[in-house]
Amino acid sequence: MAYKQYVLVCSGTACESSKSKDLIQNLNDEVRKAGLANDVQVVKTGCFGFCEKGPIVKVLPEETFYVQVKPADAAEIVAEHLVKGRPVSRLLYDAAQSKAHAKLEDIQFYQKQVRIVLRNCGVIDPDSIDEYIARDGYVALEKVLFEMSADDVINELKKSGLRGRGGAGFPTWRKWQFTKDVPGDEKYIMCNADEGDPGAYMDRSTLEGDPHSVLEAMMIAGFTCGSSKGVIYIRAEYPLAIERLNTAIAKAKDYGLMGEKILGTDFSFDIEIRLGAGAFVCGEETALIASTEGGRGMPKPRPPFPAVKGLWNKPTVINNVETWASIPVIIMRGGDWYARIGTETSKGTKVFALTGKINNSGLVEVPMGTTLREIIYGIGGGIKGGKAFKAVQTGGPSGGLIPAQYLDTPIDYENLQKLGSIVGSGGMIVMDEDDCVVDITRFYLDFSVDESCGKCAPCRIGGRTLLNLLDKVANGNGTVADVEQMQTLSHAMQRASLCGLGQTTPNPVLSVIRHFKDELMEHIDHKHCPAGKCKNLVRFTIDPDACIGCTVCARRCPVSCISGERKVVHVIDQSRCVKCGACLEACKFGAVLKS
Amino acid sequence: MSIAKKQVAAVEEIQTLTPELKSFIAEWKDQPGNLIMVLHRVQQHFGYVPREIAFEVADLLGTPLAKIYGVITFYHFFKMTKPGKHTIAVCMGTACYLKGGQQLLDELEALLGAKADEVTDDGEFSITAVRCIGCCGLAPVLTVDGEVYGNLKPDQLAGIVAKYRGK
Repeated sequence: MAYKQYVLVCSGTACESSKSKDLIQNLNDEVRKAGLANDVQVVKTGCFGFCEKGPIVKVLPEETFYVQVKPADAAEIVAEHLVKGRPVSRLLYDAAQSKAHAKLEDIQFYQKQVRIVLRNCGVIDPDSIDEYIARDGYVALEKVLFEMSADDVINELKKSGLRGRGGAGFPTWRKWQFTKDVPGDEKYIMCNADEGDPGAYMDRSTLEGDPHSVLEAMMIAGFTCGSSKGVIYIRAEYPLAIERLNTAIAKAKDYGLMGEKILGTDFSFDIEIRLGAGAFVCGEETALIASTEGGRGMPKPRPPFPAVKGLWNKPTVINNVETWASIPVIIMRGGDWYARIGTETSKGTKVFALTGKINNSGLVEVPMGTTLREIIYGIGGGIKGGKAFKAVQTGGPSGGLIPAQYLDTPIDYENLQKLGSIVGSGGMIVMDEDDCVVDITRFYLDFSVDESCGKCAPCRIGGRTLLNLLDKVANGNGTVADVEQMQTLSHAMQRASLCGLGQTTPNPVLSVIRHFKDELMEHIDHKHCPAGKCKNLVRFTIDPDACIGCTVCARRCPVSCISGERKVVHVIDQSRCVKCGACLEACKFGAVLKS
Repeated sequence: MSIAKKQVAAVEEIQTLTPELKSFIAEWKDQPGNLIMVLHRVQQHFGYVPREIAFEVADLLGTPLAKIYGVITFYHFFKMTKPGKHTIAVCMGTACYLKGGQQLLDELEALLGAKADEVTDDGEFSITAVRCIGCCGLAPVLTVDGEVYGNLKPDQLAGIVAKYRGK
């Protein structure tokens, strides 16, 4: 039975946090009450990407795009839109121009995006294998099993130019080739879903919105490399993704698309899930293997590479979620098609998690070669509150800060590296004039130091020393010699650390020295933090001419360090002030000064 | 709390593996790399990995206790102390940090009189600072028992805490 209308509701983590579950429940109730149960289907889908405006609801076939829909809005959507055919204009993205901005492609956020990895996210119900199949799901697997040889598959990947999306950008076909060429039949195919970069969530959204695409790709790799066993290593912090993967695996087995003798061929493949336990270093492939084997997730020197000696010392292909999700499309449409997207050295699309001080945060998928400006100002809609752009950080704790003069750089692996950053897993965090580069670098260093596994000295000791030096600068005790030492240490860590974590830990520090030397030196030379973020360099005082003695600041102060009676000028006791800024926020008369 | 009282409390809290957990362990015993999966299941049940349970797991899996503690202490996810009745997790991912995650944590610590990774004296709340929970569009966020509160200002915290206290 065909429905006349479909109401798609996002149930990614961000939207589910904003009560999209209740919304689906209410929509279903209202649809039933209106007697439309046979005509309208409410579908829970994966992430639409426009997380800033969640929960998102899309009505098909007219493609009306509603934003920030609350559970209580269900009745109006059903009564007005579904029954009377009048879109609820107050819930449209831009109510003032409701006609022009009713559809997804009219919204600037989506205009420059090319959705390959996220092709099914926000379109299908992730728990329904039928909907995946209806969108050409498992066609690539069928093509591989019946029409292609292992060499054909590798050749197609080679033509596509696909490189690993986990961070390092190693050509995917070469990994597969290495593993395929090792004799023996006990090999493993692994999915790295240990997405640890704070501020990046594309892998989570892909798994939550389109789990079958990853399963299908892993089976294609199994056929190609001669493996019958897949393992997905996923963060325990992603319960929804784990649940959807489990459902997807069970359904695929039901349909004969996984397990023994897939689609009647001699190829058998099984996938199991292993949980991570909150260790950033486990995103490194040798550490991930150690953790999957049940031990402490510490990296090992390479070579031997996992492609030759990986899980249980057997040849193992490890790719990350985004890489896997690209593969079925490449097989279906051909490597040449994929290679037409992107730049000379970096093909295809990349998903970025655009967050921070940006108007439209969310997940965006763009062709490689798109400029930072197009993403931040075009798709992202510019900086929040009309503030000035300061920097964008790509690659999370392993990347660097990129200042305004490089906004027109086309993004690809090589270009970002030239700027002292990396593409990484795709975190893209926008900072404005209120953010301090020293403060944010300390934040990243603190993260990397905490996550260092401690196995090798350059990372364990070098990282800690770098952090101490930064603390010195932030406290107003830094010297020019400290900056030199930071540089020397950073270069030593880059060269001598055992794994990617230690090698990239200094990147944020080096990028500040390179691009924001003035701001760094301001902390050292004048003991002044221009953004006012470094607490020990900030002073809050009360302007006696502006203070009317309303007592609000004194009542708001968490450490009660503001004295003064009603209608008497207040004074902040500097020795006890914790520099929280609560008084500044509380004062309605502009009497609290920050310097 | 005096030492005597502490010991009494410890005695009262002695835990043993339930039959269900034992059968889970039996199921995984012969699978290589089982330790992390078993610890996840144990923590899911108790909220942490009690010491006496670690001993039992060591016996049942035939794994040295040292290896079990090696793993527990390596990963952030595993806890060795009993959490409060409600767990408040403040996101310290980059987006939340930039938008005031630290202020949320400071306010919460002042409000509850306990620091991150501590439990309040009455055992009601534990506070943790967590890495990105993947709702960066709602930054800054925190979760209470898994329920997400987004776009927060410090002055909203007292109201949120009150909703859970005593429940």
